Amino acid sequence: MELLANLALGFQTAVSPLNLLYCLVGALIGTLIGVLPGIGPVQTIAILLPTTFSLPPVSALIMLAGIYYGAQYGGSTTSILVNVPGEASSVVTCLDGYQMALQGRAGAALTIAALGSFVAGCFATVVLAVLAVPLSELAFKFGPAEYFSLMVFGLIGSVVLASGSMLKAVGMIILGLLLGMVGTDVTSGIQRFAFGIPELADGIGFVSLAMGLFGICDIINSLEKRETRTILKRKLTGLWLSRQELIESAPAVLRGTLCGSLLGILPGGGAILSSFTAYMLEKKSSRHPESFGKGNIRGVAAPESANNAAAQTSFVPLLTLGIPPNVVLAMMAGAMMIHGIQPGPRVISSNPELFWGVIVSMWVGNLILVLLNLPLVGIWVRLLSVPFRLLYPAILLFCCIGLYSVNNNTFDIGLTAFCGLLGYVFHKLECEPAPLILGFILGPMMEENLRRGMLLSRGDPSVFFTRPLSLAFLIMAAVLLVLMALPGIRRGRQEAFKEG
Amino acid sequence: MRIRHPKDFCTGVMFLLFGAAGMFFSTEYTIGSAAKMGPGYFPFVLGACLAMLGVVCVLRSVLGEKGLQLWPVLHFRPLALVLSSVVLFALLLRPLGLPVSAILLVVLCSRASHEFRWKEALLNAAVLIFIVLVVFVYFLEFQVPVWPSFPAGRT
Repeated sequence: MELLANLALGFQTAVSPLNLLYCLVGALIGTLIGVLPGIGPVQTIAILLPTTFSLPPVSALIMLAGIYYGAQYGGSTTSILVNVPGEASSVVTCLDGYQMALQGRAGAALTIAALGSFVAGCFATVVLAVLAVPLSELAFKFGPAEYFSLMVFGLIGSVVLASGSMLKAVGMIILGLLLGMVGTDVTSGIQRFAFGIPELADGIGFVSLAMGLFGICDIINSLEKRETRTILKRKLTGLWLSRQELIESAPAVLRGTLCGSLLGILPGGGAILSSFTAYMLEKKSSRHPESFGKGNIRGVAAPESANNAAAQTSFVPLLTLGIPPNVVLAMMAGAMMIHGIQPGPRVISSNPELFWGVIVSMWVGNLILVLLNLPLVGIWVRLLSVPFRLLYPAILLFCCIGLYSVNNNTFDIGLTAFCGLLGYVFHKLECEPAPLILGFILGPMMEENLRRGMLLSRGDPSVFFTRPLSLAFLIMAAVLLVLMALPGIRRGRQEAFKEG
Repeated sequence: MRIRHPKDFCTGVMFLLFGAAGMFFSTEYTIGSAAKMGPGYFPFVLGACLAMLGVVCVLRSVLGEKGLQLWPVLHFRPLALVLSSVVLFALLLRPLGLPVSAILLVVLCSRASHEFRWKEALLNAAVLIFIVLVVFVYFLEFQVPVWPSFPAGRT
């Protein structure tokens, strides 16, 4: 079967000593960063992006992917032990995980989080492998109209995840699209919005924007809130699950896995939405819903499986269609482009060892994480005691050095400071930066497809509505918009975000 | 006519300004027609949409239902210290070399923390510079100017 041949190729690539090393490094760093509250996978990828420049593209992607799902593992550790979510998708784990820790069952919680994530990771890898080829072949039937509508659908989907007002989220998307216009226009060769600054000829640097909006801005916000770190004073005993707990949590793991695998593929989906949904589902389907929030092991098993499954299946749209479904994958898309790989359906045929190598490395990475993390949990926890006042200058320094190495000029560093200022303003005005980054990445592609579509149809805009696939995407986008605007769903959405 | 939602009001103004700027600067490039879009077409349309959205935001913030939003509170100290330390680093990296710029960066931005102590910050800076030199410059071969440029008269 062709699938087996492809997986064999992927295995060869993923298990090469170099890639194995980078997988390990990525997974460990991801866990480390996930453990530290306040720094999530997005910031980590932004900070570590320059370190991947000297690596071959396959290794770079393997490492960055490792960081993403490693951060999922790490985030649950702090949620359970210290009741502070390591990153956004681990928020739900705090609810029951910390209660379990208070009852002396922290070890069981950590173990089920790790095992559930591993099972989910295996399943999601299979999903990725199975869906890859058919989806890419479907994508070849896509014309510029379909791509444009798909991107519209993707951008609208990202609004679903924005916890603030929808109007502002749409505005941020458009602002991101506009910022993506800065630089040389591919079709005409003219420099747009560069204002005579030579460093802007290639557009606003993606790394600068990401680091400024997410990294620097986060640091400033934490300083304002006068962050300190709580130190764990409890000793960890016993990492084993009782048989009863294992039986209880198995269905929760399966449900969480399915939930996460599905939601990860959808635009706007991803780890955060999946973990929330899985928790709600678990609570509703339980015979004792009032036990949730008081240390029910299913309340840990389901969201942890869901967020790991979603982290991996969210690679499907990027690797097959070339459309990142959420902001972390937008960072991956940026990384691919920096390494000279244009994300899209051609990746699977032109760089098969990259494609299958990344997929198989995800499974390998999950294995590494489950084998290494449980014993190492004590070390991770000790890192929680590094005071914030010593940590954030380190982050800032690493960011600046990384930024300089991108283009060997200091303009990029200054640009990042400006983006940090923008990010601060956005935060104060309760505008989410995630839709902006998505718009920024998709902007040039959207313009190109819009232009080509109109050129091919000789100025007839109805082409976006008459071609069936394109119409389908636009209808789905419209449905999403309408759904979000309905008062019932609006309230539910606000509640879901209030719980976090 | 009171501004009931100050944050939305400011957001609307911001969108309006960005949108108007987008529209204004797009006119410098050929706009073209729908069939043959010039470089100015898409940015112009985007700017127009953004500006309209801004107006809607402003109107909603003034005419909307009673809200609980307060004017955003700005704390200038952390913002100014962190941003100026980054900008200073950018300006001084080439002339003064990595270690000096790094010390300045670390110490200046550490001042933004309410738990700042001079000895700690300087020690932190020393440790970090060591880590950077070993991990980034030596192992990962980052091309960062380590030595200051003025002794040899280079730029």
